[in-house]
Amino acid sequence: MSAPQSHWTNRSFPEAAKELLADSQIRRNVRHATDVIQAKRNRVVGELPDWEALREAGSAIRAHALEHLDEYLVEFERNCTRAGGTVHWARDAAEANRIILGLIQRHQAKEVIKIKTMTSEEIGLNRHLEANGVRPHETDLAELIVQLGHDKPSHFVVPALHKNRQQVREIFQREMHLPELGDKPEDLCAAARAYLREKYLRIKVAVSGANFLVAENGAVCIVESEGNGRMCLTLPDVLISLVGIEKVLPRFRDLEVVLQTLPRSATGERMNPYNSIWTGVHEGDGPKEFHVVLLDNGRSPILADGEARQTLKCIRCAACLNACPVYHQTGGHAYESAYPGPIGAILTPQLHSMEQGRTLPYASSLCGACYEVCPVKINIPEVLIHLRGKVVEQDQKTLGGKLGVWNVGMQAAAFVMSSAQRFTLAQHMGQLAQKIFVSKSGFIERLPFMLSGWTQTRDLKALPQQSFRDWWAERESNGGDATGAAKESRDAK
Amino acid sequence: MRISLFITCYNDTLFPETGKSVVRVLERLGHTVEFRKEQTCCGQMHWNTGYLHEAVPIIRHFVGVYRDAETVVAPSSSCVSMMRDHYLKAAEMAGDAKLAADVEALLPRVYEFTELLVKRLGVEDVGATFPHKVTLHTSCHSQRSLHLGDIPVRLLNKVRGLELLSIENPQECCGFGGTFSIKNADVSSAMLAEKVRTVLNTGAEVCTAVDNSCLMHIYGSLHRQRTLVRTAHIAEILASTGGQA
Amino acid sequence: MPSESDARLAILGSIRNALRVPAERNDAARAAEYAAIPRDYKRSGTRQGEALLELFTHRLQEYDAGVQRAPSGKIADAIGGLLAERGRHRIAIPDEVPRTWLPPGYPFEEAAGLDSMQLDKLDGVLTGCTVAIAETGSIVLQNAAAQGRRALSLVPDYHLCVVFASQVVETVPECFARLDATANLPTTFFSGPSATADIEMTRIKGVHGPRYLDVLLVVD
Repeated sequence: MSAPQSHWTNRSFPEAAKELLADSQIRRNVRHATDVIQAKRNRVVGELPDWEALREAGSAIRAHALEHLDEYLVEFERNCTRAGGTVHWARDAAEANRIILGLIQRHQAKEVIKIKTMTSEEIGLNRHLEANGVRPHETDLAELIVQLGHDKPSHFVVPALHKNRQQVREIFQREMHLPELGDKPEDLCAAARAYLREKYLRIKVAVSGANFLVAENGAVCIVESEGNGRMCLTLPDVLISLVGIEKVLPRFRDLEVVLQTLPRSATGERMNPYNSIWTGVHEGDGPKEFHVVLLDNGRSPILADGEARQTLKCIRCAACLNACPVYHQTGGHAYESAYPGPIGAILTPQLHSMEQGRTLPYASSLCGACYEVCPVKINIPEVLIHLRGKVVEQDQKTLGGKLGVWNVGMQAAAFVMSSAQRFTLAQHMGQLAQKIFVSKSGFIERLPFMLSGWTQTRDLKALPQQSFRDWWAERESNGGDATGAAKESRDAK
Repeated sequence: MRISLFITCYNDTLFPETGKSVVRVLERLGHTVEFRKEQTCCGQMHWNTGYLHEAVPIIRHFVGVYRDAETVVAPSSSCVSMMRDHYLKAAEMAGDAKLAADVEALLPRVYEFTELLVKRLGVEDVGATFPHKVTLHTSCHSQRSLHLGDIPVRLLNKVRGLELLSIENPQECCGFGGTFSIKNADVSSAMLAEKVRTVLNTGAEVCTAVDNSCLMHIYGSLHRQRTLVRTAHIAEILASTGGQA
Repeated sequence: MPSESDARLAILGSIRNALRVPAERNDAARAAEYAAIPRDYKRSGTRQGEALLELFTHRLQEYDAGVQRAPSGKIADAIGGLLAERGRHRIAIPDEVPRTWLPPGYPFEEAAGLDSMQLDKLDGVLTGCTVAIAETGSIVLQNAAAQGRRALSLVPDYHLCVVFASQVVETVPECFARLDATANLPTTFFSGPSATADIEMTRIKGVHGPRYLDVLLVVD
């Protein structure tokens, strides 16, 4: 068995972003898609007077499930098994890949049909299967576009949103051998329907993810739009669902909350076209064999961090991506992970150790749009800052980090800022020192070193010769009347 | 009322006019303004960049300076949101129960400038005249942390001669984000380009906000592009009685 | 090669370790915490009778589903009319579809004996439902009388679904309250015909599931 390389790289976020910012086509496509979803989301969220109560309940249910994760997983396992399913446990990606490949090989299957699952993207399942002689067929339209285009997903609800209709047509023309195919979305959908229909009816093993597991009765829930999910869940003989351990809900009735918030947040619909809920194996209806592979892969240690634990409440609606002004500019590929956007910026570094994702916690202006739309109230800005703190702490353990320009600068600034005398002195020094940078117009148009990024596109206001505190001191020595203040103000012009 | 002005470090150094305007408006309304010269900074830059432990002495300093103040005003929503969203957490992280108690006692008396006017003092018409076309940049912290809502708009609507022009995508960040604009200068610039395009589309002469940090960022591009659109902190507009802001 | 039971113990141990809890936990405390979860959202609706059915109809139409009404004595006539209008003849029916629903002159086929390939060649399927949600325009099918197995309402290109007024609730929580007793049955919520917006966010009706959906609302 071989372990193929991931198609995600170790590039830093600023590096990857720079490349994507230069691709105006991707930026236009991303902007259009996120604008449309956001508008729809705002409309259907706005019509629910109890939206905040639903967020509150969803957040509390998810937090509670995480606090008792071991208990609910065991309960799920018991009930799923009782209903005829088989539960497997995988500590990491390699273990999950091995289990899934083994199940497929046991049935001598050479092909599998797949429902969109970011968890499988996380573990690199498709590459593992291909390397071992099994051909996976993605059935979600967007995932099919990504797969046939030899591309990477850039969003976890609409993975191909970076492609427009002409680009999709080119991929389908080439890969489905349809030279006459038009570029209307209807034509492209019809092509995908015809291409996949034969596979649904023929292929006997399917692989899926899951949106939710229900501990109480061992149920699995999958939310989708196209019906490709239902095809994969009901027609094959064998179904294998790969699910992160965090996705468990305590009770069946908890679905009444998340099945309201997820569709409205994810696609801006009151309800998505299809939700499937099933337990184990049901005689005469659906697969004869059902496996759930519970994946840890770095999740359980996150629970130890009381501040960052909320990351695992995520229900993968991607509303934070659609709302994020950084994502709007770069799209998903800049995050170099199956999980892009604000949630990816906090999830990826925690799943894959801080080393790989050390620039991701900084990939945010902390504007708070992500937290505002999150249906389970993950305070993403708070977690971003918390993770920045960890990056800094790690940095300060190395000599290079300690002597680095950021650390030295921040230490110096902290020293200055904790005393008014030192702060005032620094102001006066700045007023003098800036003179070499200030242009005739009174602005700073070029700065050196790490500050040069600012002045590539922006001028910086020079420090005025009198600070507010100096003005106030002068005003007080003049008797401190309002007229004096007005006069000083005019003089300062 | 005796109001203690926390000018904030960057307004002190870069935007003294904003501080003078706050003083002018509050004195015009009959209040007494004091300025505690021991003040420095709220600690936001350190905290938001991940220098959490380094922020603690700065926070402790702030709390020490204002512990006995009757009312504190800051012309910056981001600094006030730093206090409300993170001070308690910082005190807990430092294991400093005394600081936590002081923070809890002090914060209810700390206001952002427009919030102080409308919510605490109950004033919307501050007697200003500003005969210009103005657009309002709704800064992220003012809307999502302080939830100021329409407070700035209500104040601007009462300014004589002022024509308030609405802006496209008001909820979207200008891309400043403190050290974000340096660490991710390219993305920040792309965000700024969009913001500036929407500002220019309004046809306003002046872009205002409750935060000079955003305005410094926006004006950095307006100036680089040699446009004639100016920026002015909302305090400067509210202080104006007919002349220039 | 490590065994899966090792993995199970390792993962559960890692979770307990991270949460700093003992291996034996207190069920009563957990139940109390669960009961304390705030649920201040809308549980039951305010609409009844005609207002409720109108909301349901309107929401279904927004998904491009066809909606017609008939009194309980005229179900077969209404179904005959719809099938004629749609030009659909060979229709699959699950077990226990009442004979009184079936208009004469159509070759209805018992679905129990048909495999997926055979279903794929039919013109459509006729089913009842378990419950329907007005607020979201959703209909819930379970593996039960007159609804059958999940593939039935999936493979054929046309679905005609009979919904009785008494089966319509207003909110999602009301729906879950009704499903509670049969929660273990295979369950499908569908809201309009199959759809996608994966290409430029343009909503396209009918990808893999039925492209055409008619709902016959039975009201007396």
